[in-house]
Amino acid sequence: MYDALATICQKAKESGLPFWEVVCREDAQEQGITPDTSFQSMRVMYRVMCEADRSYEKDLKSASGMVGTEGEKMRLYRTGTGAVSGDFMALICERALKTAASNACMKRIVAAPTAGSCGVLPAVLISMQERYRLPEDEIIRALFVAGGIGGVIAARASLSGAAGGCQAEVGAASAMAAGAAAFLRGGDEDRIIHAAAIALKNLLGLACDPVAGLVEVPCVKRNVIGAVGAVTAADLSLAGIDSVIPADEVIDAMGRIGSKLPEEIRETGIGGLAGTPSASAITQRLKGEGAL
Amino acid sequence: MTLTDIIGPVMVGPSSSHTAGAARIGKVAYKLLGERVVHADVFLHGSFATTGRGHGTDRALLAGLMGLKVDDPRIPDAFALAEDAGMTWRFDVIDLGSEAHPNSVLLKLKGESGKELSVVAASVGGARIHVTQLDGLAVSFSGDLPTIIIHHIDQPGKIAEVASLLERKNINVASMRLYRAHRGGHAVMVFECDSEIAEEDVAWLAAQEATVRVIYLSQARK
Repeated sequence: MYDALATICQKAKESGLPFWEVVCREDAQEQGITPDTSFQSMRVMYRVMCEADRSYEKDLKSASGMVGTEGEKMRLYRTGTGAVSGDFMALICERALKTAASNACMKRIVAAPTAGSCGVLPAVLISMQERYRLPEDEIIRALFVAGGIGGVIAARASLSGAAGGCQAEVGAASAMAAGAAAFLRGGDEDRIIHAAAIALKNLLGLACDPVAGLVEVPCVKRNVIGAVGAVTAADLSLAGIDSVIPADEVIDAMGRIGSKLPEEIRETGIGGLAGTPSASAITQRLKGEGAL
Repeated sequence: MTLTDIIGPVMVGPSSSHTAGAARIGKVAYKLLGERVVHADVFLHGSFATTGRGHGTDRALLAGLMGLKVDDPRIPDAFALAEDAGMTWRFDVIDLGSEAHPNSVLLKLKGESGKELSVVAASVGGARIHVTQLDGLAVSFSGDLPTIIIHHIDQPGKIAEVASLLERKNINVASMRLYRAHRGGHAVMVFECDSEIAEEDVAWLAAQEATVRVIYLSQARK
């Protein structure tokens, strides 16, 4: 995997290959497989994402009872009253809630890049495929764009909430989805990485502070912010707005911030939201019920 | 790390470390035992002990011990499945010391033939794992590759014995580590290989002088 987005862009410019293909070819070489095999295994990932979206169960709740039904509520609101943010944005919110809640309910998802942030990419990609009637292959290419961005974040910073806070999970997912969305609207390698940089900048410093240590609150709703932020970042970039700080430097900043975050807000379930009186009461209740 | 670690794995939620990693530990331990598990004593350490239940760590471990994969939708029903399979189990907490990774577990397994194995493993991020102890001796391998673990008496020539066999069979070694309790005492060699070692070759290694026990982790065996 590459350790700089600038390197991927440079290779794309030198070779004339699109961003996604530079990523795909390098992955194939590293794994000792053909680019087509790599492409087909990415297709499997997208199909599982679609299956997770379709098989959302509206009445299912997580073992703690804190999350589960949000996706259906959002659907009813979107198709009923209509959403302030418009139907497309509301649909993205709905999908992010559905997949993230399914994860909390022990259903089958694709960790992308993590289980806690698994709702971001499917929310953006499935909704864009529907809206623009895109062929599946185009979405698979977009997943390579996302994967390339995620790989660089893993190499330069981190993709773990325990190491870098939520900015490393939902923040990274948002950057990956932003690049993918920019690509799907015809953005070249520069538009892709500016979109990623803008999305990640908006979530820098985000704490990982799950209530009772569970991947539920605030994780499920943060998937929405990651997805919505990705689409707006893609729009900014496609409008020709650059990130003043280059993408690789934004990622480095994320890594440095992550290492400076106190342990209480790095997936320990101690500080931040997890340390509020309400969270403590929930934790006590769950312990009493033997659910923790 | 490869691209499938970034977009992937496909898994049953909610946590890549506490659910998928736990299921993978169970499955690798089952493969190391090499036969159906009839009883498991499971000792949870650190974060596995404190937040494991809410993440389904207990169910994921049992599912893995029954050979289920990390994306098997039956993971949430692992208790019922294990009961139906006639498996017995006991969960407890343990302090494996400050050196142990926070997501660690000690598994004491008994197989259908009466064979026993104790495994300490850690879920180290994503769904990746690390086996850190086998039958009380320190080891270190990921479980991603065909792996042969040889308990033997520390004496000259033991490494060459394995290395020359692997050379004859044209098997490339990805990593090799040697651990010993003390000079001339109990020692362990771990070879991670790029391809499978045939059953008869594993048996040949087990029959060599000063070899106490050979455990082979195959990636082909289901």
